[in-house]
Amino acid sequence: MRLSRGEGPWPWLAAGSVALSLLLLAALLTLLAGRGLAHFWPAEVVQVELDDGSRFAARPGREERSAEGVERLYHTGNREWLGTPWRWVEVARIVEQQRPAELVVIERRRWGDFIGRVAGLEEDGEALVLEDDAAQWAALNARLARLEALRAARDALRQDEVMPRVRELGAARDAASRARLEGELATANAEILALQAQMARDRVLLESVDGERLALPLEDILAIQRPNDMRLPAKLGAWGTGVWRFLSEGPRAANTAGGVWPAIFGTVLLVLLMSALVAPFGVLAAIYLNEIAHQGRLTRLVRISVRNLAGVPSIVYGVFGLGVFVYGIGGSLDEWFFSDQLPSPTFGTGGLLWASLTLALLTLPVVIVATEEGLARIPDHQREGALALGATRLETLRRVVVPMALPAMLTGMILAVARAAGEVAPLMLVGVAKLAPQVPLDAEFPFLHLERKFMHLGYHIFDVGFHSGDVEAALPLVYATALLLVLVILLLNLTAILLRHHLKARHGALPR
Amino acid sequence: MLAQSATPANIAEREAVIDIAAADSCLEIQALSLAYAGTPALKELTLRVPRRRVTAFIGPSGCGKSTLLRALNRLHDLNETVSRRGEIRLEGQEIHAPEVAVAELRRRVGMVFQTPNPFPMSIYENVAFGLRLQGDMRKRQRDEVVEWALRSAALWDEVKARLGDSAWSLSGGQQQRLVIARTLAVKPEVLLLDEPASALDPISTLKIEELIRSLKSQLTLVLVTHNMQQAARVSDYTAFLHDGELVEYAPTDALFTNPRLARTENYITGRMA
Repeated sequence: MRLSRGEGPWPWLAAGSVALSLLLLAALLTLLAGRGLAHFWPAEVVQVELDDGSRFAARPGREERSAEGVERLYHTGNREWLGTPWRWVEVARIVEQQRPAELVVIERRRWGDFIGRVAGLEEDGEALVLEDDAAQWAALNARLARLEALRAARDALRQDEVMPRVRELGAARDAASRARLEGELATANAEILALQAQMARDRVLLESVDGERLALPLEDILAIQRPNDMRLPAKLGAWGTGVWRFLSEGPRAANTAGGVWPAIFGTVLLVLLMSALVAPFGVLAAIYLNEIAHQGRLTRLVRISVRNLAGVPSIVYGVFGLGVFVYGIGGSLDEWFFSDQLPSPTFGTGGLLWASLTLALLTLPVVIVATEEGLARIPDHQREGALALGATRLETLRRVVVPMALPAMLTGMILAVARAAGEVAPLMLVGVAKLAPQVPLDAEFPFLHLERKFMHLGYHIFDVGFHSGDVEAALPLVYATALLLVLVILLLNLTAILLRHHLKARHGALPR
Repeated sequence: MLAQSATPANIAEREAVIDIAAADSCLEIQALSLAYAGTPALKELTLRVPRRRVTAFIGPSGCGKSTLLRALNRLHDLNETVSRRGEIRLEGQEIHAPEVAVAELRRRVGMVFQTPNPFPMSIYENVAFGLRLQGDMRKRQRDEVVEWALRSAALWDEVKARLGDSAWSLSGGQQQRLVIARTLAVKPEVLLLDEPASALDPISTLKIEELIRSLKSQLTLVLVTHNMQQAARVSDYTAFLHDGELVEYAPTDALFTNPRLARTENYITGRMA
């Protein structure tokens, strides 16, 4: 339809509303992507000299205007000496700024980032003699690569030698096999200890620009870079590595650093479980309401109630889940099947199963309403066509009505996924955890651990944003996680949309 | 018009209904009354439908012709608000008798609807639908029946190369012939057609009409139409219904060229809404 003249301001008003909505959406995504993704960029480090002669090296951040003038926030790292990795500096006090190429930024296992210089290398406590800075940097990287190889060997040993034997030991009953397994375990553990001793061999001597010195075992280095010495391809590579580590690693330092992999996994698994639970219930309920039930006052009442259930605040479902699923059913399950573990609860506490059940309940009305609409849209003559061939009502349902309503059912699932994936409030009552590095799916029987607590992107945003000790460090992570949550929901919905498209394409549009 | 039909109407109308010998009739409707939630739709209707002939029901919208057709294979059973009195006999057997299975009745009395309603499956599976409902059948045998049904519905040549395609990819006219083929596949004795060509273009309509004429050698056809030319072209007998009552029932030629009653004449000449 064209926008026609002479109809007054209404068409323009309507088009303007659309444009505004799109603009807001674009602004939202731009904000999330800009703030979130910029965090992983290896920004250059500046060495700053102030008017009192003191020096520090840091990554400059945002500026704020105050009564004394413009202040700039610097990320200085080196928390062990400075107390905080952030520093506000009046721009007017800055005397000199340099960008020396040899400044390093080290992401450490403890104490956050270090920013400064590499002063030397130690092997078994003895300093190595290296002619110049380039040789030192090369040697450091070579030793880091060696460490990585050792770490991989150790992890493989743990995974392939130690873990299976520990499991066998748990199941072994006779003394002979226990003794054999214990012997093998001792050998494997000795190998691991030897590897770890080798890993602890090297240390790097670090010096901050104001002269503080520190010896750091190479083991404690998570990432090291010289951002002032990097060209664009190297920076892009570092950015990609940063994003990948954010996606694939677990969180560290009380969620203010590290990645969000367990949260991604938890979110997706939760949504999939929820879908698997809600689909059969919702579809069967809709079929009963639309196809089987007598269309009287009672059915109408049930239908209205279902529609209204969709409007109940989600926290109410959370309370219901806590009371009925966790304390009620979970408590009983613990008494019957896991009484040997009491008083520590197995199912009597929040977990993946209860969270997905709660979300399934929350999204049930959406699925029922969408499926019912799809069923109601199927013309009666389609049903009569099957009945007129001698099909029973069940055969008609199974072979004609349900296949035709499948796209509508998938629409219901899409709406359900969209609603469930973003819910946080009910999850806080029924099983989401601040930190659950073990994902609920692993190689250990029964593989899917429904009783485990799990992490969730939505809750992670809340936790990082409001409960972290380091707000400045948390903020970019909040943006990045929010962007990720949007993308995950988009991906889940896209899957369902493609599936629906596939189904529709198979039989063309519904004939009218 | 009112003045004319007010003359000794009852006697004249009885005479306007031809009597088909019981032996030649396939369906026998006896004093059938039907009401939707108390509103009468058919009033004391009595007529016999001749075997292996095309019988057309004509009449203005709301006259009850479709209601009558749907009563013939008990589609009203699904609607709880419908109440019925009177009898319908198929080959002498009362179709509402408790020993008659409704699925079996509907297999014997097939129905084609106004809007083509192929199922969401392939062309082949549409035709095989009724066969599969009846139980196991060897694939070769089923293939043969499907081909026979599609040939009978004059559709085989158009679809033989694409039997696996979705039935919804066919044109409207092809879909309607597919629906007829689907009904024929279960070998019905009676085929009910509820305005089968009203949603189709003239060429498709022509094909459907040819099909109807060719099918009467095999089975009894009952056609509901609001297109009088169509009734005149394809049917052997025509019943004119008005307001839930049977007004005139005669061989088609006689009814259209020489209607007994003024009400019939008014309708077929277009003077009645």
